[in-house]
Amino acid sequence: MPVISIGNLVKTFGAIRALDGLDLHVEQGEVHGFLGPNGSGKSTTIRILLGLLRRDSGDAQVLGADPWRDAVRLHRRLAYVPGDVSLWPNLTGGEAIDLLGQLRGGLDRRRRDELLHRFDLDPTRRCRTYSKGNRQKVAIVAAFSSPVELYVLDEPTSGLDPLMEAVFQDEVRRVKQAGATVLLSSHVLAEVEALCDRVSIIREGRTVESGTLTELRHLTRTAVTVETARPVSGLDVLPGVHDVHEVDGRTHLEVEPAHLDELLGQLIRFGVRALTSTPPTLEQLFLRHYGDDPAAAATGAPATAAAGASTATAASGAPSAPAAGSSDADAQVDAPHGGAR
Amino acid sequence: MSALTGTTRLARLVLRRDRIRLAIWILGTPLLGYALAGSVASIYPGQEARLGYATTSASSLVARAFNGPIHGTDLGAVVVAETYVTLALIVALLSTFAVTRHTRQNEETGRAELLGANVVGRYAPLTAALFVIVAANTVAAVLLAVALAGAGLPLAGSVAAAAAIGGVGVAFTAIAAVTAQLSVTARGANALAAATVGLAFVLRAAGDVFGEQSADGTRVRSAWPSWISPLGWGNQVRAFDGERWWVLALPVALLLVGVALAYALAERRDQGAGLIAPRRGPATAAPRLLSPAGLAWRMQRGTLLGWAVGVAVLGFSMGIAGDEFNDMIDANPAAAEAINAMGGGADLINAYLAAMLGLFALTIGAYVVQALLRVRGDEADGVLEAALATAVSRTRWLGTQVLAATLGAVVLLLVAGVTTGLGYGIVTGDPLGQAVELGGAALLRLPALLVIAGVVTAIFGLLPRWSVVLSWTALLVFLLLGQLGAVLELPQAALNVSPYTHVPAVPAVDPAALPLVVLAAVAAALLAVGVAAFRHRDVPS
Repeated sequence: MPVISIGNLVKTFGAIRALDGLDLHVEQGEVHGFLGPNGSGKSTTIRILLGLLRRDSGDAQVLGADPWRDAVRLHRRLAYVPGDVSLWPNLTGGEAIDLLGQLRGGLDRRRRDELLHRFDLDPTRRCRTYSKGNRQKVAIVAAFSSPVELYVLDEPTSGLDPLMEAVFQDEVRRVKQAGATVLLSSHVLAEVEALCDRVSIIREGRTVESGTLTELRHLTRTAVTVETARPVSGLDVLPGVHDVHEVDGRTHLEVEPAHLDELLGQLIRFGVRALTSTPPTLEQLFLRHYGDDPAAAATGAPATAAAGASTATAASGAPSAPAAGSSDADAQVDAPHGGAR
Repeated sequence: MSALTGTTRLARLVLRRDRIRLAIWILGTPLLGYALAGSVASIYPGQEARLGYATTSASSLVARAFNGPIHGTDLGAVVVAETYVTLALIVALLSTFAVTRHTRQNEETGRAELLGANVVGRYAPLTAALFVIVAANTVAAVLLAVALAGAGLPLAGSVAAAAAIGGVGVAFTAIAAVTAQLSVTARGANALAAATVGLAFVLRAAGDVFGEQSADGTRVRSAWPSWISPLGWGNQVRAFDGERWWVLALPVALLLVGVALAYALAERRDQGAGLIAPRRGPATAAPRLLSPAGLAWRMQRGTLLGWAVGVAVLGFSMGIAGDEFNDMIDANPAAAEAINAMGGGADLINAYLAAMLGLFALTIGAYVVQALLRVRGDEADGVLEAALATAVSRTRWLGTQVLAATLGAVVLLLVAGVTTGLGYGIVTGDPLGQAVELGGAALLRLPALLVIAGVVTAIFGLLPRWSVVLSWTALLVFLLLGQLGAVLELPQAALNVSPYTHVPAVPAVDPAALPLVVLAAVAAALLAVGVAAFRHRDVPS
């Protein structure tokens, strides 16, 4: 049974349609990445899942219950870290953690003290004197001190330093190990790549993609550079091949993963001397979905200059593996939604 | 780049942010002054009545403490005695809060950092805030002078009285400029400045109490403590009694000193830092904090304590004044008539005590509004979201807040009644009996306060974004209906809108159960509407 099941969810604020038929399915025990540009409706969805906002139409089930009607009962079974943590200014951090934990139905004192230590948080300071990062730590410690079934984390690490980010990732893995489910909204792609079993990407209140990262990679073109014995010809008429051009005797092109096989078959005829194939980076994947131009997203063109794929990756510092063509063996797996929309 | 670069732009920003507040301040003060002047003029129309008033005021220690020193029998002097302290306190607090809002609050929220990274001089934000607030005080004073003169008072005295009030605003602008440098938080800066206002009040009261009455009995020469209180300076201008214009130089001098000091402090500290270090607190929560009720108590206790002390001091003084009141009635039949109209009873001293309890009930209404609006503040801050994401239902959360505000109101009503009774009992020889009787009489005002709680709750549920404005407006309307309704001869239907109209004026009249039951029922209905609406709406909204 899915832990979160949302179908065709609609929420409007006056004339603004914040959610426009959103779908989201999170299975028991997985860490699910919830991604999308700013203002795409992530926080609105999460607030509906918490029973804070009332949906206009559509289905929403959390742990088998209605998040609006059964809010109080559900909240004993989940913990929430808001994106913008605000706390009672005159309570200390320690008091705020205890209060939130107790209101949720109790917390594990040993874990609380351990987390305070690991996150290096001084619990005797008043909340009004905390920085954004420290306020976030308060909410994270309060959440992870409670042994619950579902953790709803809305951009929980946007104010944390890399050291704390690592501690945070450890904690997510620990609760996952214990069988809990995590919904993680995040813009930190390295974090998503490191933690998430599956991701859903939303845009303008709708889900545009959902699946494992490997599956999503196949929705984006692979950049290929090839050096051949004889000049190549006739590549641009092949299905799924785009943007063919020649620089210094090397041919650069982009190919949709589903058509990689046909391309290789054609290339062999010209005597391949060297071949590099670069799978799409996570960055390209997101830029494609986040970008302003939905048409580009639909045809599968990366929003950045495609030719610069490997340099763009190096500059952005996102994890990527500029790999030989052989690493693209999984390109044979059919894309889950029948290729790029 | 000079230290003042960007001041003009920032001043425009202050004006833009506060355009509504400033308009209310600048127009409200003169309107209030005009209304009060008219009301005083109708109560003390003739020279004889004013002679009685001046003689009593000059000899009454309570009148000196709360109204300041009287200066002669001119109608203007009586108006000043009746209105100066109220207007001065309003202007002092408005100026204080405005300075903090545009200085320390910006630093606390990080807005100052955002601005400071631009082409903005070090002193520009402070200078812009002070410039606008001093200008607001000046414009309000000019309009107040016009209003007083328009109400028929002599021109020179009107200008002096208005300038005295404006001077108080300017003086506290300077003080707040300094406190904003000291505390790290806006709350702390406001608390420091408000404590200074309180100290100034006490100093002035002491100076006026220990002052000497003049030979003709209609004037008071204040002792030295009044001269070190910025609130006292306004009285020393002696508007309508041979104005001493040079006294007006004192607030201006304080402004210069305060600004210089604030600049010097700003120069020596980091952005966002203060000179008073924030205190540490417990690393773990005490068990009694760990529930909505425990949290509500923790959030309210400081405010409640402050209110209780203020109400107790005022109640005790009003009680003691009850005896002097008898003398005043003998001296001034017109005032007796006015008090009679307010309380509606035959026995004048009971009418006086009932009127005082009525005023307390109105004032405590402000506590109820303030306490309940915390829910809206929490919602706007995002704290409510965190709380409601835990296993606490909306009904329990809001119900707890209503209960906390109600219990606070009960405590304050009891304090008001008991201290008034003690004060009056001490001068008449029956402290315990009076304390019990007036404590009980004060509690009979509770249903009216429940209606206030109901109104705020209903507004919070139905129109959350308008909670603050509408709730205070409702209280203000009730206040005006109660205070001015009779004077303005409004129809009974209009007066009936206010819950306070329906509370029996005990001890001037016998208590009656029916109106109290009806008020409680109305309150229950409003609360039910508010809670139901809150349960069905989005949070935050």
